[in-house]
Amino acid sequence: MIAEIGQLSLALAACLALAAGATGMFSQAPGLRLLRQSTTSMVVGQFVFVSFAFVALVWSFATDDFSVAYVANHSNSLLPLPYKISATWGGHEGSFLLWILIMSGWMLALASRRANYPERFFGRVLGIMSLLNLGFICFSLFTSNPFARMIPMTPADGADLNPLLQDFGLIVHPPLLYAGYVGLAVPFAFAIAAMLERRVDAAWARWSRPWTNIAWAFLTVGVALGSWWAYYELGWGGWWFWDPVENASFMPWLAATALIHSLAVTEKRGTFKSWTLLLAIAGFSLSLIGAFIVRSGVLTSVHAFAVDPERGKFILLFLAFVVGGSLILYGLRAGGQRADVGFKIFSREFFVLTNNVVLVVALAVVMWGTLAPIGYEAISGARISIGKPFFNMFFVPLMLVLGAALGLVPVLNWKRTAWQNIKSAVTLLLPVAVLLASLGFYLTEPKSAAVLAALVVAMWVITTHTVDIWRRSRSGRLPPLAYWGMTLAHLGFAVSVIGIAITSTQSIEEDVRMEPQQVVQLGKAEVRFLGVRTVQGPNYQAQQGIFIVTSASGETFELRPEKRRYLAGGNVMTEAGIQAGFFADTYISLGEPLSDDAWAVRLHYKPLVRWIWFGALMMGFGGGLAVLDKRYRRLRTRHDKPALNATAKQSTA
Amino acid sequence: MNRTRLFIPLGVFCLILFVSYVGFSLDDRHELPSALLGKPFPDFQAPMLYDPETIVTREHLLGEPTLVNVWATWCPTCKAEHAELMRIAATTGVRMVGLNYKDVGSKARRWLADYGDPYELVIVDADGAIGVELGVYGAPETFLLDAQGIVVYKRVGDVNERIWRDELAPRLAQMGVYKGLAKDASIQAANTADRP
Repeated sequence: MIAEIGQLSLALAACLALAAGATGMFSQAPGLRLLRQSTTSMVVGQFVFVSFAFVALVWSFATDDFSVAYVANHSNSLLPLPYKISATWGGHEGSFLLWILIMSGWMLALASRRANYPERFFGRVLGIMSLLNLGFICFSLFTSNPFARMIPMTPADGADLNPLLQDFGLIVHPPLLYAGYVGLAVPFAFAIAAMLERRVDAAWARWSRPWTNIAWAFLTVGVALGSWWAYYELGWGGWWFWDPVENASFMPWLAATALIHSLAVTEKRGTFKSWTLLLAIAGFSLSLIGAFIVRSGVLTSVHAFAVDPERGKFILLFLAFVVGGSLILYGLRAGGQRADVGFKIFSREFFVLTNNVVLVVALAVVMWGTLAPIGYEAISGARISIGKPFFNMFFVPLMLVLGAALGLVPVLNWKRTAWQNIKSAVTLLLPVAVLLASLGFYLTEPKSAAVLAALVVAMWVITTHTVDIWRRSRSGRLPPLAYWGMTLAHLGFAVSVIGIAITSTQSIEEDVRMEPQQVVQLGKAEVRFLGVRTVQGPNYQAQQGIFIVTSASGETFELRPEKRRYLAGGNVMTEAGIQAGFFADTYISLGEPLSDDAWAVRLHYKPLVRWIWFGALMMGFGGGLAVLDKRYRRLRTRHDKPALNATAKQSTA
Repeated sequence: MNRTRLFIPLGVFCLILFVSYVGFSLDDRHELPSALLGKPFPDFQAPMLYDPETIVTREHLLGEPTLVNVWATWCPTCKAEHAELMRIAATTGVRMVGLNYKDVGSKARRWLADYGDPYELVIVDADGAIGVELGVYGAPETFLLDAQGIVVYKRVGDVNERIWRDELAPRLAQMGVYKGLAKDASIQAANTADRP
């Protein structure tokens, strides 16, 4: 019964989405004001009914209703309750329902801020969002219905949630990541609405900015969480695999990063308009392409969802319609209002341009690495893997260029910067940065030019930004939150660069055979193996190894990696033992049992690995902080003027 | 600004869409007719993964229907396929033989320890010589042999739920190694692990 209510709610939400799409898009005439305003209430309605549907599915999981096929396939009566609930988004159908819920949530958030925007324009925005939501809901209802029943063949117990996903990471990673993916629909809708209303201007950019920033912040944290989860759960000790699904989340991130910078220029200087439009379209389109890659089975990957050709066809059609349509609109409407604002090489505009070029090239590299295997397969029929070497070859130099440019940002003004300022910054601060980097470099082993370059670039960013903070706070007036957000995000980039450079070159990995009481040297630390014992978990049985690690500083701690056999599916899982530290992680995973009491053991020493995610968190918080800036709260009072201008322009045109 | 230039993104997108579409509709192309189809599995001599002293030959594959799966640790598709192989090994009685193709022995053993070992035995083809005989042009590939060692079916690419249901299960049922097509549907859907 509950599942049917869920299904019905979802269908009702689809009807509301259709109606809201129609009223939002086609009630522009002055006499249709009431119809236009009904869009908002129908947006609220969509959220309410989608929430019903979602709660119904959660309920089915919590109450072990195995007559629902999706529940039977992804849960088990032995599963602990928190995992039963998170299992709701542990598979394709449910995770897509979560996607729809988050989409409706974004629309609700938009609707709550409706007073900030002109009515017609905003009606279009909500209409576009509703039509997108309609597409999502139809996809769920027609190709991946989470509420389908298995009657009368109801299984006695469920097949269990994939053990990899029985983890805290799964509870938080998908909602945050989806909030980012779907959040990019907001700047997309703003861009389309701006083109339809022929008002691609600074006001449009200012309206888009907070939404883009939040979506980007969610995406940043979501991607970082995914990387952290892979690190501790997959047991390989790696944190990024250039897996197609990871790339699918990375591509929209790169586009969104370019977008938040380009939007800043469009707002402040009125240039880069067409480019910003294109990035807004690209960001969301890449989210959709990512969904296609993950859910259609076009690529096989560690993340692969159950493959179904129907789904692939649906997404491909949806993609062709949405992206193709918006790019045609772009071709027809963009570029008309070319602002004639010049700028010099040493200006913020030019450096944002550099940022955008680097990010778009990086995007192209990732896209090539992800799609080329498919193209190759189409031609020759064989599947190939483009691996780490390809991506690293491009990413190392690209990110170094990005960082080098980033370091100058605090010195730069809009339009032009006096050569004197640049010169003094470089002559004063560059030596400091190089000195700091050399100190760090002195400690590295093995040494390489790439590490030195990365350290110099990171220190350069940190030095210039820190000096800028000091300089500004000395002037007495506290800079706005947007400034703090930007600076925090930029520092986060530097922190991540340091983490990546050090972890990928300075890590130690040992594969050893260990007998009880045997001691093995891991770098400067000593690892003693005490033995393996059997432990009983709630829904698994584990072989737990016990290791005593004595670090170089004489500190002693115990690690207990496990090899778990899950009772329901019989799956075997490796659970690494990790001692997390600010400066280094010690990471042990249990391999196979060898003769007697000996075990194959993998030992890792990973310096500064936490910095990678810590830096990403700083970026995400920076993005969030910028949104809290006062200027966005004052939108309501500000918008009247540009809105008036716009109507004036239209009447003259 | 020249308006046609504004349509360049549309062109790029169409290209991407085309590649995606081709890649997506490609699944049928995996059913390439193999030169080996209906012919005996070629003769070979190769060591076993866990016992390099013992030499395996074609004779070891005779006697009962056998799935020969070509895999390697460098191949991500093999990783994706592994869960399905584990499921087939666990739920059916079919004999499964692994052919570790152009790989490193220690890595292969570690892989099987980590993800489970669905194979009755694993043959090592370190230099890819058997692969040449078999006409392997990528990993994974899977061959179904009958009791006489004749190749009945060949799959290039991963063995997934669909291949199992449509291609392998009916053939195995015909050979009498596998019954329970009906009851299988639910278990199978359950085990094809969904991951975010």
